[in-house]
Amino acid sequence: MTDRGSHGTGPHSSRHRGACDTQDISPRAIDLGAFRDPALARELIDRIASVVGDRELNLMEVCGTHTMSIGRYGFRSIMPPGLHLLSGPGCPVCVTANRDIDHIIALAKLDGVVIATFGDMMRVPGSTSSLAAQKAAGHDVRIVYSPLDAVRLAQDNPGLDVIFVGVGFETTTPTIAATILDAAARGLANFSVMSAHKMTPPALRAIADDPETRIDGFILPGHVSTITGLAPYRFLVDEFSIPGVVTGFEPVDILESILLLAEMARGGKPAIENAYRRGVNAEGNPVARAMVDRVFETCDATWRGLGTLPSSGLAIRDEYARFDARRRFDVEIEPTQEQRGCRCGDVLRGAIAPTSCPLFGRACTPEHPIGPCMVSSEGSCAAYFRYRA
Amino acid sequence: MCLAVPGTIVALRDDATATVDMLGVQRDISVALTPDAKVGDYVLVHAGFGIQVIDPEEARLTLEIFQEIPELVGEELEGVVPFGSAAEAVADGGVPQAEPAQAAAQAGALA
Ligand code: SF4
Repeated sequence: MTDRGSHGTGPHSSRHRGACDTQDISPRAIDLGAFRDPALARELIDRIASVVGDRELNLMEVCGTHTMSIGRYGFRSIMPPGLHLLSGPGCPVCVTANRDIDHIIALAKLDGVVIATFGDMMRVPGSTSSLAAQKAAGHDVRIVYSPLDAVRLAQDNPGLDVIFVGVGFETTTPTIAATILDAAARGLANFSVMSAHKMTPPALRAIADDPETRIDGFILPGHVSTITGLAPYRFLVDEFSIPGVVTGFEPVDILESILLLAEMARGGKPAIENAYRRGVNAEGNPVARAMVDRVFETCDATWRGLGTLPSSGLAIRDEYARFDARRRFDVEIEPTQEQRGCRCGDVLRGAIAPTSCPLFGRACTPEHPIGPCMVSSEGSCAAYFRYRA
Repeated sequence: MCLAVPGTIVALRDDATATVDMLGVQRDISVALTPDAKVGDYVLVHAGFGIQVIDPEEARLTLEIFQEIPELVGEELEGVVPFGSAAEAVADGGVPQAEPAQAAAQAGALA
């Protein structure tokens, strides 16, 4: 964790930063340095320690980017001993059920089909295969940066059927909805989406309701909330008296959020706070939500680790059925098998830490991953392994 | 999941697309989800779409709140809290075995 120099970071050092940067405002507008100020961070850490005292507190984040930030900055090792930072179901490829992965793999085997996917899905194992293995076997699987790239692919290749793998939370679903509307406007007949989209609040509810885990506060996702606003989280306070803080991705953002949660857990009134105002406003993005509503309707969805949660997924509406790969292609899906010995499901609901999985770091490493939580760079197991948190 | 990068809108077109400057890299995006975005605005960009116009003033206010916290010792924290962002961890090999192109796409993808 002392690789500061080797990264030559700071907001101005721009290697190709592409979309991979969690930095959330242009350095030319604002000095982001303050969000990384060691003195501020030190002060926050001291205040967290004095607020927590010798209490036991479980705080959970539900965003893969937070998983990575917390690991990278070594926050687990500098928190008071009673404060536990748990990782929840914040990595979309990790929570995707084997059945859905197998379905995508079955689609990849069809003749004349191109699978277009975000890169992090490639190596995620289904029951017996992965998209990467299908590609190696000669099937046409391509990584795209934007779902619009998949539409372009369809337009340029009228003889091929392009199926986009729709995996993601509220941040992503508006982009998929807009893409389907774009494909409809272009009259494309060879573009479709295999929707395995999921929504965050039902997963939070399942965890709040889980007798095996006791959560004292949620570190709520930044860019999911950019779309949803704060309202969908109110039930945490109203029904479970659990506070939540919408959190940015810089060190000071995360520490501030931990401090707010610790204060509320100590006896303050639980509330849903927004500590990421530069990226989130209370109403979210209503235009984006309206677009999602136009194209999708809620459906029950199966999550790895959490089981089937009512109204937690998004299915394409009848009106746009021609863009629904689930309906357009009739494929046989192999019998579902879970990865033997993998505790990913328990990790995803915060019941165990990755290090409690007997395979962690032994049979299962990022080079030879057994479960999706080790495959995805933002999976909890991968983050624990990389940062030895 | 859900990585997003800020970009400045440098050109807007009638078909709801825009050119944004993201730290010196120009890229075309869709602004269908942020129809009120204007040239000069900062937008958060995710998977080729602007998903929110960002308010620089709010960012400044957030900073002022932090500045009110009295400073204590500073130096020893370096090394404990290295500067940089989680995303660079991806770029620096958080995605072992991925081909470079795949790693870039993976990092850019979101999740
Ligand atoms: S360490 Fe590997 S096998 Fe164990 S839970 Fe994580 S992904 Fe599964």
